[in-house]
Amino acid sequence: MTTLLIAEHDNARLAEATARALTAALEIGGGIHVLVAGRDCAGAAGAAAKLAGVARVLVADDERLAHPLAEPLAALIVAMAGPYDALVAPATTFGKNVMPRVAALLDVAQVSDITAVVAPDTFVRPIYAGNAIETVQSTDAKTVVTVRASAFKPAADGGSAPVEAVGAGAATGEASAFVSAEIPELERPELTSARVIVSGGRAFESAERFRACLEPLADKLGAAIGASRAAVDAGYAANDLQVGQTGKVVAPELYIACGISGAIQHLAGMKDSRVIVAINKDPEAPIFQIADYGLVGDVFELLPELEKAL
Amino acid sequence: MKILVPVKRVIDFNVKVRVKPDGSGVDLANVKMAMNPFDEIAVEEALRLKEAGKAGEVVVVSIGGPEAVETIRTGLAMGADRGILVKTGQPPEPLAVAKALKAVVERESPELVILGKQAIDDDCNQTGQMLAALLGWPQGTFASKLVLEDGAAVVTREIDGGLETVRLALPAVVTTDLRLNEPRYASLPNIMRSKKKPVDEIDAAGLGVDMAPRLKVLKVEAPPARRAGIRVATPAELVDKLKNEAGVL
Ligand SMILES: Cc1cc2nc3c(=O)[nH]c(=O)nc-3n(C[C@H](O)[C@H](O)[C@H](O)COP(=O)(O)OP(=O)(O)OC[C@H]3O[C@@H](n4cnc5c(N)ncnc54)[C@H](O)[C@@H]3O)c2cc1C
Repeated sequence: MTTLLIAEHDNARLAEATARALTAALEIGGGIHVLVAGRDCAGAAGAAAKLAGVARVLVADDERLAHPLAEPLAALIVAMAGPYDALVAPATTFGKNVMPRVAALLDVAQVSDITAVVAPDTFVRPIYAGNAIETVQSTDAKTVVTVRASAFKPAADGGSAPVEAVGAGAATGEASAFVSAEIPELERPELTSARVIVSGGRAFESAERFRACLEPLADKLGAAIGASRAAVDAGYAANDLQVGQTGKVVAPELYIACGISGAIQHLAGMKDSRVIVAINKDPEAPIFQIADYGLVGDVFELLPELEKAL
Repeated sequence: MKILVPVKRVIDFNVKVRVKPDGSGVDLANVKMAMNPFDEIAVEEALRLKEAGKAGEVVVVSIGGPEAVETIRTGLAMGADRGILVKTGQPPEPLAVAKALKAVVERESPELVILGKQAIDDDCNQTGQMLAALLGWPQGTFASKLVLEDGAAVVTREIDGGLETVRLALPAVVTTDLRLNEPRYASLPNIMRSKKKPVDEIDAAGLGVDMAPRLKVLKVEAPPARRAGIRVATPAELVDKLKNEAGVL
């Protein structure tokens, strides 16, 4: 059996989610080939070759792959899919965009957002915002799987796989074109790989107060900043900070929820954190039902005190 | 221009779901059902395009049992023009839904299909991308902004690092994210009016598509429970516990 892992990267660097998806791919078993499709992506390909457990790195370097558009990328993956039994990608917005397109073109089902591998064709995945966990078995000749990154540790370095060029002729898709991207430079750890996350909700009342309260604390802790949907909708935080069922799923060592009520859609994105702290003025807030440590009170008073106590 | 909006009937987002004791699924008996929230956003976007003079007709389609007609009626009450119910037996998987939708697209010839990015029951996030693939159309997933201009859809997408904008030649498939719009409530007169709007019923078998399931659900379980911990009185006590009890600082 052989597995094709689709790398997520920005040409220069490999996304950490790729190393996490590799761990799932290794559990599925067989030889693992990593596809790095991009433009001037030698940096990412080199990083993929160093991951322990990778047998080959296949590089498709082409102008049409400069941005990860679903149409050319899916066409390329489908053209390469023949010899593979499983096609795997991280369940990030990258993988979620491309892989269902691949699955449909191959006429097979996709198993989304797996959190465990039971057998090469059998996987565990959360449904209903994590309120139920299903075990599903694929009956298709090929399995297409996206991997919940927070459920798998990143594969270690230590490999030295050969890097081979592959043709990108199949990467067609004239009907779509990249226009622009707004990707702010990260000032602190990335949400999905951070050891500590400080997360804020509707309580903060403005973008200024959100930042003024959470940033000093996050700086002191070396933490990433997260947000509830309410905070993002209200414009206190950027969309890519949303944690939850329909945002990012995180599982840090420490998650500090500040002024967040604990709606199931939010819990779906953070309840697998190792230690959860809730700070909320409402002693009945549902977030306290899953918090290891609860502090009842006003975030505007408590967060500066907390920062000083650290 | 015609816009097709697929809508799914799901458990209302406020309901706490319970897993059935026999592990066969979740308990749907006597549970409040509603239109998938992302699909409401899709209907709203289509209506706004129509109101802006960019679209002619808005057609809502649902694939499911006879009760899915309620969800279609919700879309009609919001303002969609007519509905199509594709009747199936067991709940179809995303690939089967995409195949049925492709058949509907071939009959209706819309220039734009707007779907929710994911259904809040199976959380699959697949159908729009699969439909685009089967049609050979471009896709703009997780949209927070949609602009139609000269035969193209310009879609701003919510991606992990921020936002990305793509330009898709029409016809195209777009899937909605939360920030695309805030869906309207149906007004009473519109609810009354919607009762007279036409809903076509088609048997899935008549579409000539393979809807057979590809996945076997072996079991459905409740997630491991997380116990509530303790209350601390002060930030200083919290820091002490995090350092000396939890060992995370
Ligand atoms: C389809 C769908 C998808 C969704 N996806 C997500 C998702 O991915 N992520 C997500 O987070 N939500 C999601 N939601 C929204 C979710 O249902 C909740 O509405 C949201 O999580 C609430 O955010 P919040 O806790 O910040 O706000 P609220 O529920 O309003 O809670 C604010 C909390 O702050 C406390 N508070 C207020 N002032 C203070 C103060 N001064 N000091 C201390 N505490 C204070 C209050 O007691 C309250 O508990 C989704 C909803 C739907 C329908």
